[in-house]
Amino acid sequence: MIFVTVGAQMAFDRLVRAVDQWAKDAGRSDVFAQIGPAEYTPEHIEHVGFLEPPEFTERARAASVIVAHAGMGSIITALTMGKPILVMPRRGDLRETRNDHQIATAQRLSELGKVAVAMDETELVERLGRLDDLASTGTIGPYAQDSLIAAVRGVVFPSQDR
Amino acid sequence: MADEKASKQTPRVLAIASGGGHWVQLLRLRPAFEGARVTYVSVRPAYASDVPGERFIAINDATRWDKVGLLKMALRLVFIMLRVRPNVVISTGAAPGYFAIRLGKLLGARTIWLDSIANVEEMSMTGMLVKDKASLWLTQWPHLAEDDGPTCHGSVL
Repeated sequence: MIFVTVGAQMAFDRLVRAVDQWAKDAGRSDVFAQIGPAEYTPEHIEHVGFLEPPEFTERARAASVIVAHAGMGSIITALTMGKPILVMPRRGDLRETRNDHQIATAQRLSELGKVAVAMDETELVERLGRLDDLASTGTIGPYAQDSLIAAVRGVVFPSQDR
Repeated sequence: MADEKASKQTPRVLAIASGGGHWVQLLRLRPAFEGARVTYVSVRPAYASDVPGERFIAINDATRWDKVGLLKMALRLVFIMLRVRPNVVISTGAAPGYFAIRLGKLLGARTIWLDSIANVEEMSMTGMLVKDKASLWLTQWPHLAEDDGPTCHGSVL
């Protein structure tokens, strides 16, 4: 199953439309999408507006690949589950989010080898066409880096030795 | 007696974030609070299921464009802060964390701001606004750390 998620806050019709068209052309019937408050209604993929956290986790777990906006909730969920993830960043100039921070995030995380990135719909469809190339980058642990935990802990328990 | 003293020394932590990635990043810091009494605050009641057995309070969500929503959020946080009386306030953003850090500072709490890892090119606007209110002011990107700016001790990944 391919699980598509655009987060809960804002629609991302550009991504959903591209996946919907691709599913039709490629004859894929195993796509499930959480599309948020969308204006575009997909015709070829199963979809829902919003998933509560437990259902979200279940859908993500059942997926072989996650396709998402470049939001950290989606990305961290995929990484903790060891799922390959393909992201398309939202664009500020199209009012898909408040600025272009998702573009920068996607680029950095791509450089770190954490996610696969499609910058636009054309790249997304092209990348979806060779989904088998998408490999998991390995599972990350449930918690932040030890050095960050230690720094925070030092303020929470100032009198203790770290 | 010793137990009583120990419980008095147990820090009360208010850990707060808005939804989605902000909340997911906050959850990844949980080992830092082990041994403290934590109250989690976020914007979706269903998030309670992410912190089973812990105190969770849901507040309304609002962005900088929704002044009424922001006011409601700020007032709700005043009540929460007065009830919890946290020794430490920590947030990963955004609007709820901004108010909580300011209120926490006002009430004499130690305050920690961890800017989202999604802010790759510069600190977030809310992050900039709490600069002087945060005891620990953190970025997750080494290239954004500065001598008189945010420090970096690693990331949530």
